[in-house]
Amino acid sequence: MTDTAFRREKMEEGWNRPPLIEEDGEAELLEVAMGPHHPSTHGVFRMDLALDGERVVRLKPVFGYLHRNHEKIAEGISYLASMPYTDRLDYICSLTNNWAYALAVEKLVGQQVPERAEYIRVILAEFTRIQNHASSIGFLIQEMGASGTPLMYAFREREKILDLFEELTGSRMMCNYMRFGGCRVDTSAAWLDAARKVVDGLPGFVDEFENLLSTNEILMARCQRVGILRPELAVNAGITGPMLRASGVNYDIRKVDHYGIYDRFKFRVPLGDHGDIYDRYMVRILEMRESITILNQALRDIPGGPIMDAKAKIRGFRPKPGEAYGRIEAPKGELGFYLISDGGPNPYRYRVRPPSLINLTVLEDMCLGSNVADVVLIFGSVDIVLGEVDR
Amino acid sequence: MLGEGILKGMAETARNFVGSYFSAERMTTVEYPEERIAPIEAARVFPFLVYDTENWEAGLRCVACQICEKECPPKCIFIEKSKDKKPDAIGKPQFYPTRFDIDISVCMSCQICVEVCPFEAIKMDNVFELATDDRFGGLLLDRKELAKSNEYYHGIHPTEAARVDARLAAEKVKADAKSTAAVVASAVKGAERPAPPAAGGV
Repeated sequence: MTDTAFRREKMEEGWNRPPLIEEDGEAELLEVAMGPHHPSTHGVFRMDLALDGERVVRLKPVFGYLHRNHEKIAEGISYLASMPYTDRLDYICSLTNNWAYALAVEKLVGQQVPERAEYIRVILAEFTRIQNHASSIGFLIQEMGASGTPLMYAFREREKILDLFEELTGSRMMCNYMRFGGCRVDTSAAWLDAARKVVDGLPGFVDEFENLLSTNEILMARCQRVGILRPELAVNAGITGPMLRASGVNYDIRKVDHYGIYDRFKFRVPLGDHGDIYDRYMVRILEMRESITILNQALRDIPGGPIMDAKAKIRGFRPKPGEAYGRIEAPKGELGFYLISDGGPNPYRYRVRPPSLINLTVLEDMCLGSNVADVVLIFGSVDIVLGEVDR
Repeated sequence: MLGEGILKGMAETARNFVGSYFSAERMTTVEYPEERIAPIEAARVFPFLVYDTENWEAGLRCVACQICEKECPPKCIFIEKSKDKKPDAIGKPQFYPTRFDIDISVCMSCQICVEVCPFEAIKMDNVFELATDDRFGGLLLDRKELAKSNEYYHGIHPTEAARVDARLAAEKVKADAKSTAAVVASAVKGAERPAPPAAGGV
């Protein structure tokens, strides 16, 4: 289907009256600039909307307000020095960003990672996924008008996970924890016990969250059959993560690539059916549950041993000329780092594939024909962080 | 029944509300600044320089090798290396920083300077109440403001400091053994023929 045909069909969907756009009839449209300082935009992001009454006819996303030259800076500093900058991409889940970058560099130099470090990485990544999904659902519900309660419940749980991160890495959000060939500091037995205690409390939290929200009539009325993303469009546009799976496409990089040690864990990939906001919400809830099962397995099986490969170098790190692409299933989708080395201490080229930005590209297609109030919800259901969109 | 889901959610909030009167675990906030959480040992805010002896200037462990300056991601460290050498805490002649500034308005607390330092000279502090009305001079710390004693380091990061001290002591023993061996070797050599000036002890 061509773009214009798709748009026309989208616009005609659910319209009870003929569209008011004449051949020259731009004058009947109202142009609204939503953002960049709109509270629902999760940062600084602008949507230029063309409205026909309440209906969205055109939507132009404008971003770049938070651009801070991440990729170019990385070309001028050493490989290790880019690690703390990756924390600041998607600042809700710094540990998965660390992992993706470490994975790319490890691929570039052929570095092995000790068993224990792999387990620690999985544990931290799954904790990150849970707190990201919890807070992103909280934000979504907040945008629906339920000001506070679900978000605060999510933050209460996130606080426990962040306390774990702080105890281990020294920082709550800017963890800067993983290194090429392992992790920076080892987990103590006390930390693992504390982690187990937090994991034991998580199913109760997800149940509570579901009691609060899943069958809520207002939530269902606002979310079901709104912001539909078709699987064909999702695949063509390169959408990844919970958004793609909510459209019913079974694609999880943890299952496809088995990076790290994900082939050792038993977990299921939740899939949606309709690709609407409610499915995205539900897929995130179910992913939290699957993450809890992975955490239980990892915390049970974690072996002893070193956390850093003995051959790993901290100073004088110069990979051989070559290129590598490392990707992981970050909570928001496929996060990849593409590196080219020319043999020097700095990468020759450093490129991030940010899931938030690429998931945002279908925003217009999802919003056409819906109300302005739904645009806020659809935007919230994409789950983006502007630090990663603009880099 | 329509509204059942809403009632279920309300029951959940009611349970949380009532629970907060009975369970201490549900009270999740701390009323800072009247009430404070004890600092976590791993906490890191901004770097400081460790000195060993009573005199902060003579006891600085930093030998102005400038590795941290080079590795610092936002380049917030400025070091000027001395022209002459001064004996450090163990008595070995070393270069020293005539100037060591950290601009904490640029620093992003990433701890990479600590990781790359081969001399255990720079460590992370956990003081975070650093608000000032002078955003230029007040946030540019010079080496006097950065210097903190080893006892202070032990106070904020006890396990890490103990590990560092053990490592430094082991290195000192090794260095001492090496220099004695060098002195003995040069003495043996000197007995055979005139010794070249100062071969060992570097």
